[in-house]
Amino acid sequence: MPDRDMTADTAPQDRLAPEPAITPDLVAAHGLKPDEYERVLALLGREPTFTELGIFSAMWNEHCSYKSSRRWLRTLPTEGPQVIQGPGENAGVVDIGDGLAVVFKMESHNHPSYIEPYQGAATGVGGILRDVFTMGARPMAAMNALSFGAPEHPRTRHLVQGVVAGIGGYGNAFGVPNVGGEMRFHPAYDGNCLVNAFAAGIARSDRIFYSAASGVGMPVVYLGARTGRDGVGGATMASAEFDEGLEEKRPTVQVGDPFTEKRLLEACLELMEAEAVISIQDMGAAGLTCSAVEMGDKGGLGIRLELDRVPVREEAMSAYEMMLSESQERMLMVLRPEKEAEAREIFARWDLDFAVIGETIAEDRFLVLHGNRVKADLPLRALSGEAPEYDRPWVASPPRTPLGPLPDIGPIEALQVLLAHPDHAHKGWVWEQYDWAVGADTLRRPGLGAGVVRVHGTRKALAFTSDVTPRYVLACPETGGAQAVAEAFRNLCAVGARPLATTDNLNFGNPERPEIMGQLVGAIRGSGAACRALDMPIVSGNVSLYNETAGRAILPTPTIGAVGLIADHADMITGPARAGDVAVLLGRDGGHMGASALIWAAWGREDGPPPPVDLEEEARNGAFVLAQAGAIRAASDLSDGGLALAGFEMAAAAGTGLALEAGDTAWFFGEDQGRYLLAIEEGALASLLAAAQEAGVPARPVGRFGGEALRLGTAQAHMAALTALWRGVLPGLFGSG
Amino acid sequence: MKAAIVTFPGSNCDRDLRVAFAAAGFEAVPLWHKETSLPPGTDVVGLPGGFSHGDYLRCGAIAARAPVMGAVAAFARSGGHVLGICNGFQVLCEAGLLPGTLMRNAGLRFVCREVGLAVGTSASPFTAGWRQGARLSLPVAHHDGNFAADDDVLERLFAEERVAFTYTDNPNGSARDIAGVLSANRRVLGMMPHPERATDAALCSTAGAPLFAGLAAALAGQPA
Amino acid sequence: MRARVEVMLKAGVLDPQGEAVRHALGGLGFEGVGAVRQGKLIELDLTATDAGDARAEVVKMCEALLVNTVIERYRIEIVED
Repeated sequence: MPDRDMTADTAPQDRLAPEPAITPDLVAAHGLKPDEYERVLALLGREPTFTELGIFSAMWNEHCSYKSSRRWLRTLPTEGPQVIQGPGENAGVVDIGDGLAVVFKMESHNHPSYIEPYQGAATGVGGILRDVFTMGARPMAAMNALSFGAPEHPRTRHLVQGVVAGIGGYGNAFGVPNVGGEMRFHPAYDGNCLVNAFAAGIARSDRIFYSAASGVGMPVVYLGARTGRDGVGGATMASAEFDEGLEEKRPTVQVGDPFTEKRLLEACLELMEAEAVISIQDMGAAGLTCSAVEMGDKGGLGIRLELDRVPVREEAMSAYEMMLSESQERMLMVLRPEKEAEAREIFARWDLDFAVIGETIAEDRFLVLHGNRVKADLPLRALSGEAPEYDRPWVASPPRTPLGPLPDIGPIEALQVLLAHPDHAHKGWVWEQYDWAVGADTLRRPGLGAGVVRVHGTRKALAFTSDVTPRYVLACPETGGAQAVAEAFRNLCAVGARPLATTDNLNFGNPERPEIMGQLVGAIRGSGAACRALDMPIVSGNVSLYNETAGRAILPTPTIGAVGLIADHADMITGPARAGDVAVLLGRDGGHMGASALIWAAWGREDGPPPPVDLEEEARNGAFVLAQAGAIRAASDLSDGGLALAGFEMAAAAGTGLALEAGDTAWFFGEDQGRYLLAIEEGALASLLAAAQEAGVPARPVGRFGGEALRLGTAQAHMAALTALWRGVLPGLFGSG
Repeated sequence: MKAAIVTFPGSNCDRDLRVAFAAAGFEAVPLWHKETSLPPGTDVVGLPGGFSHGDYLRCGAIAARAPVMGAVAAFARSGGHVLGICNGFQVLCEAGLLPGTLMRNAGLRFVCREVGLAVGTSASPFTAGWRQGARLSLPVAHHDGNFAADDDVLERLFAEERVAFTYTDNPNGSARDIAGVLSANRRVLGMMPHPERATDAALCSTAGAPLFAGLAAALAGQPA
Repeated sequence: MRARVEVMLKAGVLDPQGEAVRHALGGLGFEGVGAVRQGKLIELDLTATDAGDARAEVVKMCEALLVNTVIERYRIEIVED
């Protein structure tokens, strides 16, 4: 169809609803700042159409453009011999040997989950799974890192129940085992919960699919569910602070359909197997717009779309709505033309929509036609390449003064305080709602540190963990950023997995505030340094900013998702400990109480600096655990709650007791880094200690597993009573049913 | 011996069930739900776990009316062996091949955990590998596993020793702790727990392996 | 007095269940089925004696619990015994 003069089309007399005139208010409602709109005008040399304004707002918002964080993200280590694909694609790809690769990413769905927790969390899981299978990988594991407001806040219960049910509802039906994650509570999340969803999949390393289109005149194909008005404006919403106008933003909620997603997975993998796919991109935020631009931009091509061919499920949808719709379970693909019939057959078999909706063109142009009219005609490369990038002013967080004196507390009483705190309570209430065993390859279930899943049909297994301690990040963003990576590293080593790579999900408040921007900068610096030192490059990630309400920001929460490889799953440190095993403390004796879990849980205090992170020590101690994996029956990293909490958890997992030697509160509960608690069979102890001495790694026996009590020096309590306390917390708060 | 494992759209334990059958010496072949006949030489049909048709309308309801189910019903009526696990159990009930129905869990939440079971009868090809009353532990993972039937049906199931497994710690409110039931000819078994997730030493449990081994032995001893 | 509350997804909100049912009906040979939407019917026995009061009370119940007003709409029918 002939292109029309754009200037004549700015106020079209459509068969559809007339498009509104572009006013300063409309521009502002699209989240474009005046200077950003000036940039649009300069690029186009004319006023944009309504559809074009929507496209710019989608492409240039924080969510898609990373305009506040990009210059800092560039400083992160993203390369290494194991990395096949770093950030910039749907997910990162890492070599695991023998022609296989693990594909993984973590992504937030914070704002949608606060508005409609079940669907928000469900579609978050759906989105991250699509990111993984878009690249040709069959999903093998999922995790979720959740942060909620104070348990007593009136909205928390509703959010917790909805988010957990939504994650389960989607992931269980799709059929991916959920093997780990985190859950924390803090009043700073009262107005903004965090839902960070992780997924990993396995692909052949010579059969990874990317988003870059290639070839001119190739068919652009729409796959999956039909388009409705879901989430129109959603990508813009995700980058806006909440305010009292929340109600008005509600109609943008999308509903997830895991049944369609499961069929989409199978159909896409079949299509890839059939060599039909040139490039593929999932339709996430601002679906059609972002995916089409991405494919064209990466491939150095233009894209022409004919929206009349888009499968829709609602009547009279405008070009604007179609371009911004966030309907779920959709993919965009550039197809090998000779494979079209075969591709149609595959999608018909899975009862999924399949439509050729456009083609690649040679010019640098994003041309969108609808109802015989040009709805958008934009320079394609400029949409992403010319997106604004800010060097936002930032100030470093002021250093914390040393921790003041603490009240006296007995070690058992302190432990009980921690066990009764929802952050440290048993999380079975959560993960029993997730299918953690589907696939029959789960070697280590949730709740025991890193989850481990066998690579189907091989001896290999992968370990997954997600970690961050927001208290530390608040206290010192740089140390906190490094600590998140170090803890992930330890959790992987503790199951005998060699740490491979990470994905980061950076959740912060409003970056236009210099102190928030300072948190972001510090956390990126810290986690970058740790990833470098521990050889865990960051291969994918996501940034979620503006997580604040009425000027109150969340705790800075740079979640680290990490993956480790166990070359032969027989070498996994399986646990549990057995009665009679010696408890060995690997690493220094503890004493650091600043910003610790205990002072927060016991006295509501968050003062003091976080424990320092010595990356050389982390690397050395982790390497020792891996080298000695065969001699270690069970291992746990020491983090929140220090030695005492780790000891309790190991004893509980083993269904036995534990006696630890006497020490002061700081020795039991200090959160010094670089440490592990090991369960060692008596007969293996001497050689392990000798090896530690040789490696220059501090290690000494501090107790013994067995009995029915937990003894901390001379104080003791029955394991059964402690376990009941620990297990009862979440059912008590959120329903035992 | 050939096991045909049906894949409905939304099935997600079909691969796991094929692996478990294969480990017990079966030739395990996939069977698409739109087929109208079974592969030649099929000895047992497996209906796997998952969320066929999204569990929409009622769990198993749409799958029970799939083209392949006509062939499965005919196979069962002529004495063929059918094993339905989790969603497969729901499909068997919806298809009328087993009595009762599976309602929403009493706790209203999805539940995935290891549960204790007692073997209700050894007198079936599926449970011959255990003695009656034997205890074992298998994983469950379901939202709708709460078995319900009329009192007289429940009475009859127990009287005829057709309750293959009961829960020792009922996770879903199931009537009389029922976890799995047999057809009148004892050749159709539906159960909510997942034996196929416990047939491999690497998974820390082989508690489900006797089911597949027992079935293989029974079929091997059966005249062709 | 009884109230019947019909809860349906709002127009425009995806209804995966309805879509699956529509498809299954087609598979069973029922032609001529357009869109299928699936909802809930909730019956409440009420002690109220005035229909107007009852309705006002049920509206509150809908907003507070019965209906997810983010994605659902409702219709109340008051049935006098």
